[in-house]
Amino acid sequence: MSGHNLLKLWASGGSRWRLHQGISRCGKACYSSSNPKVCIVGSGPAGFYTAQHILKARQNVEVDVYERLPVPFGLVRFGVAPDHPEVKNVINTFTQTAKHSRCSFYGNVNVGKDVSIDELQQAYHAVVLSYGAEGNRSMGVPGEDLAGVYSAKDFVGWYNGLPNCRELSPDLSCETAVILGQGNVALDVARILLSPVDILKKTDITQPALEALAESQVRRVLIVGRRGPMQIACTIKELREMVNLPTTRPEMVAADFEGVTEALKDLPRPRKRLTELMLKTALEKPGEKEQERRIKASRIWGFRFFRSPVEVLANHNRVAGIRLAVNKLEGEGEGAQAVLTGEVEDVTCGLVVSSIGYKSLPIDPSVPFDSRKAIVPNVMGRVQQTAGLYCSGWLKTGPTGVIATTMNNSFDTARSVMEDMDSGSLDVSAAKPGSKSISALLEKRGIKPVTFSDWEKIDNVEMSRGEACGKPREKVLTVEEMLQVAWT
Amino acid sequence: MSLVTALGRLAHVRLRGYSRRTAAASWGAFLTARRSLTAGTQPLRSDNKVTVHFINRDGEKITVKGAPGESLLDIVISEDLDFDGFGACEGTLACSTCHLIFDEEVYKKLGPVTDEEMDMLDLAYGLTDTSRLGCQICLTKSLEGMVARVPESVADIRQSKDGSS
Repeated sequence: MSGHNLLKLWASGGSRWRLHQGISRCGKACYSSSNPKVCIVGSGPAGFYTAQHILKARQNVEVDVYERLPVPFGLVRFGVAPDHPEVKNVINTFTQTAKHSRCSFYGNVNVGKDVSIDELQQAYHAVVLSYGAEGNRSMGVPGEDLAGVYSAKDFVGWYNGLPNCRELSPDLSCETAVILGQGNVALDVARILLSPVDILKKTDITQPALEALAESQVRRVLIVGRRGPMQIACTIKELREMVNLPTTRPEMVAADFEGVTEALKDLPRPRKRLTELMLKTALEKPGEKEQERRIKASRIWGFRFFRSPVEVLANHNRVAGIRLAVNKLEGEGEGAQAVLTGEVEDVTCGLVVSSIGYKSLPIDPSVPFDSRKAIVPNVMGRVQQTAGLYCSGWLKTGPTGVIATTMNNSFDTARSVMEDMDSGSLDVSAAKPGSKSISALLEKRGIKPVTFSDWEKIDNVEMSRGEACGKPREKVLTVEEMLQVAWT
Repeated sequence: MSLVTALGRLAHVRLRGYSRRTAAASWGAFLTARRSLTAGTQPLRSDNKVTVHFINRDGEKITVKGAPGESLLDIVISEDLDFDGFGACEGTLACSTCHLIFDEEVYKKLGPVTDEEMDMLDLAYGLTDTSRLGCQICLTKSLEGMVARVPESVADIRQSKDGSS
């Protein structure tokens, strides 16, 4: 911590900040080299919440967080929608964690390539994998690779400035877009496609995405699900945002809601309130004010239920439509199954976004991986048959849940690590070198990690670029530029 | 109770200034000298204060005092109560981590709940009929001696695991 930064923190106020930084001035030298050392792979919410819980509960454990990109925070930066800045407040807590005297951040290190899991396990007493779910489930239908078909993961990465999605430049010249999947990511994509640009331009959405959306011809977004309204995967907050989205009106199919009103009374409260809001939006005659709002609306969104994609239809190698199979439900409630009726229906559209789920990928042949569930097989975060290896976040549970879910699941893994230290099943008696040996390895391989204070330089550049155009942040879009800013 | 509602609606504005402090909340356990630093900044004399009993995740009772108008989340932060992960979104109604459970009669005194608070509560672990978000409850004299229980999250995680995997 340089004197300059220290001064700035003092000036920023908050007694804990000052004290905290005061402690960290003496740095790692204060701590014994025989301290237990934990390595965390991935700096998203799962990584930081795991680190936080261990650092808080143990006064002697050192935690190093490795990240492939030069910038931290994973899906909080690259997944959370730009118009949800409140959710990004968790970054303040993560920053406290990263600045803790027993925590270090090593960005720009690709675990599995620059350094192996085996090498990390030799250097650390415990390794926690929390690298998330960077892949996506594919639809597995003909036409999936046509121009104009995108995975939600890439589309979200594009408007959020994920470096490898920068070139996506989606074609938004069509009138109708179809989103497959009805989870919160699907609704994020729908909302970004339909939001007035005046709203988006005050967010940290990237400038290229903002410009493309300003020119967008998309006027109608259909959000398609295999099953019915009672099985929809989104949460009510995201639905309410759609319902209230300025300059849009809902367009539903009344028949999709047959029998739903009758089933309401037996539902648990969250599902019940979600369903009631859908019913109200789809079936109730709107009040005068809402009526007026809907008449003025220039853009349309709607759910289409009981439909599965069969084929993306092409015209000159571009998307021209999508063929949907009509399903019926067998069984009831959350476990109901979609069964084909044999009927199909074609929908004309020029953009297809497949939002049927993220998927974790294996990182290293030495780590067990359940490719069917796309998770690392584990019990309470302990990776099966691999002592000293743990996992947290989406890699542990699969890619579902809100940030509080990930928080709890990461705390849970942290508890497992600490229980194992206490019980002796994780041997911490022998000193381990931790980052010292890994840094030496990386240096030999020509990899220069990005430290947390390097990241803060990127952060400052992004915030001042944002300020210049009335946004909270203008993200740096390439790894090259991130590194250049970090090291100047 | 219109004050509570209004404050709830203004949550973004109201709590923005608190964000630094909130972020630091979870670090209270490290820092023992805090009290001497913040003691002088309390705005009101202690006799105006409202006593609140929190029951933490281990079932322990923690008694603190807060000024009328402060939210329960504010108090958790200013008193450095060690509820890890509490108030992740810093009181902006974007998560459910400041979920608290009340006795029926206290719950009735807490005033109306907005749709937005209900929406977030729906995602809370161990939701009950007398659950609220701590960031939306502002202290009043009539709440003197109230008990607020922090839900025990571990058991609920296990429940949700059964359902999801």
